[in-house]
Amino acid sequence: MAQRLFTTLIFMTICIAPYLAAGPSRAQSVIADLSEHFVGITADFTGAKILFFGTVTGPGKLVVVISGPAKDITVGNKVQRVGIWINDENVTFKNTPSFYRVLSSEPLDEWLPLDTRETKQIGVEYLKLESTKAIGRAKAADYRAALVRNMQKKKYYGKAEGQLKLLGGGLFRADIFLPSNVPTGDYTIKTYLVSFGRVTHMEVTPLNINKTGIGAEIYRVAHQHGALYGVAAIIIAVLAGLGGNAIFRKS
Amino acid sequence: MAARTTESVNLYLPIAEMSVNIFLLLGMGAGVGMLSGIFGVGGGFLMTPLLIFLGIPPAVAVGTEANQIIASSVSGVFAHWRRGNVDFKMGSILLVGGIVGSTFGVFLFQYLRSLGHIDLVIMLSYVIFLGVIGSLMLTESIRAMQRRKRPGSLRKLHQHNFLHGLPFKMRFRRSKLYISALLPLMIGFIVGILSAIMGVGGGFVMVPAMIYLLGMPTAVVVGTSLYQIIFVTANATFLQATLNQTVDIVLALLLMIGAVIGAQFGTQVGAKLRGEQLRGLLALIVLSVCAKILYDLVVTPDDIYFLSHGSGGH
Repeated sequence: MAQRLFTTLIFMTICIAPYLAAGPSRAQSVIADLSEHFVGITADFTGAKILFFGTVTGPGKLVVVISGPAKDITVGNKVQRVGIWINDENVTFKNTPSFYRVLSSEPLDEWLPLDTRETKQIGVEYLKLESTKAIGRAKAADYRAALVRNMQKKKYYGKAEGQLKLLGGGLFRADIFLPSNVPTGDYTIKTYLVSFGRVTHMEVTPLNINKTGIGAEIYRVAHQHGALYGVAAIIIAVLAGLGGNAIFRKS
Repeated sequence: MAARTTESVNLYLPIAEMSVNIFLLLGMGAGVGMLSGIFGVGGGFLMTPLLIFLGIPPAVAVGTEANQIIASSVSGVFAHWRRGNVDFKMGSILLVGGIVGSTFGVFLFQYLRSLGHIDLVIMLSYVIFLGVIGSLMLTESIRAMQRRKRPGSLRKLHQHNFLHGLPFKMRFRRSKLYISALLPLMIGFIVGILSAIMGVGGGFVMVPAMIYLLGMPTAVVVGTSLYQIIFVTANATFLQATLNQTVDIVLALLLMIGAVIGAQFGTQVGAKLRGEQLRGLLALIVLSVCAKILYDLVVTPDDIYFLSHGSGGH
């Protein structure tokens, strides 16, 4: 672990050195990268931690937005009828990030202007969520808040900004934690350099999270050859039953 | 490679798309497998809610449970067969009714879903069937235990009523019955519908129906029920895998290993208990599951909003 970190730091320094030397010619710029661009979900996956790092030149503060693949997400609602809680209206939000985190070195409320947060969708309160059907303003707000609340409960959305550490000399780093139920697909990590309330530079870093190994193979067969998978599942179950029986018969 | 917070007891489930503790699942499998060995029920009515409680998506819980029940039923049926406690003739007739019923049930399920509130229909059918069957079995077994204390009052093997006037009479030697084949066919059909809608093998409905409606001896009921559950759940597994891709083989295998071991012990325990004790115990378990589901329907949820199944991350 320590050795890996050391190698990463050396690698960072080598990458960064030319830009530091270039100095004034590139007045404002951000270079960011990840310790890995692909996270494979294997059978022993219980979540992962990846290192996000980079360097910044020029004035300003940094804010990082991590978004998972966009999905349609449906929020349901329960009402009580004759003593029993039953499902009421469903609202589906289009192209909603399935994973969302914000990283910053200082609390956003203290320095990032609201209009910037709105236009760049920085922070869960500023996500643009569009419902598939027309609903009233008050109702939309309720469902929207419920979506964020429930996504936070399942650890898909962050509750507060994560910590971006400034190491001096323009270097920065942050640990990104991925929970065990992390959605699979293509992620984008956007790093904004904000100077006097205005975004002066943006850097996009891609990240792909997907199943690998036996798990990926099982998933593929289940979805592409359902009938075959079903027959295999039945055979395995019958064999497991027979096997258990044979073992216990002897004893 | 990513820096992992690895604990070797956890396993990532490829279809459920989450990481679970291996020993917890083995233990759950063993517990429910033991019940299935004792009572001849698949245990789906108990395991499915437990899996959902663990955070497994409900559709995956139902599909995978069907797969797991095959294993524990195969294991259990051989243990009963060795004791000569499987009525294959009766089981096969129940099965014919069951396959027709469950196919009809799948279409009924789709129709109910198009009307909305399918969740409520499922939950209410659980409450009604578990409640009615549990209370009937409990009162009957208590009465039987009281009768046992007063010697001299001999119980008839079964009551004769209009059902015995039906045509197509058949002799079931193992069950010591001479009744119309229409009767088990009808029972199989109705249980088949229920198992399709509720996503269970239907053992907890089938066992009391065989005892009280058909008048079969309790000893034969358990093995015969397991025998027909194998085929009903194999049918369900195939349909779930092809239509919905909701069978998680890794999850099922973990549960199977536990259940197969549990079922063997269960069969031994069941052989030591008397019929009415067996029925009384099953009645209590059925009633507690019923009470839990009813409680969940009535109590105010923590959050009246929720992310609908099938969305949110997957």
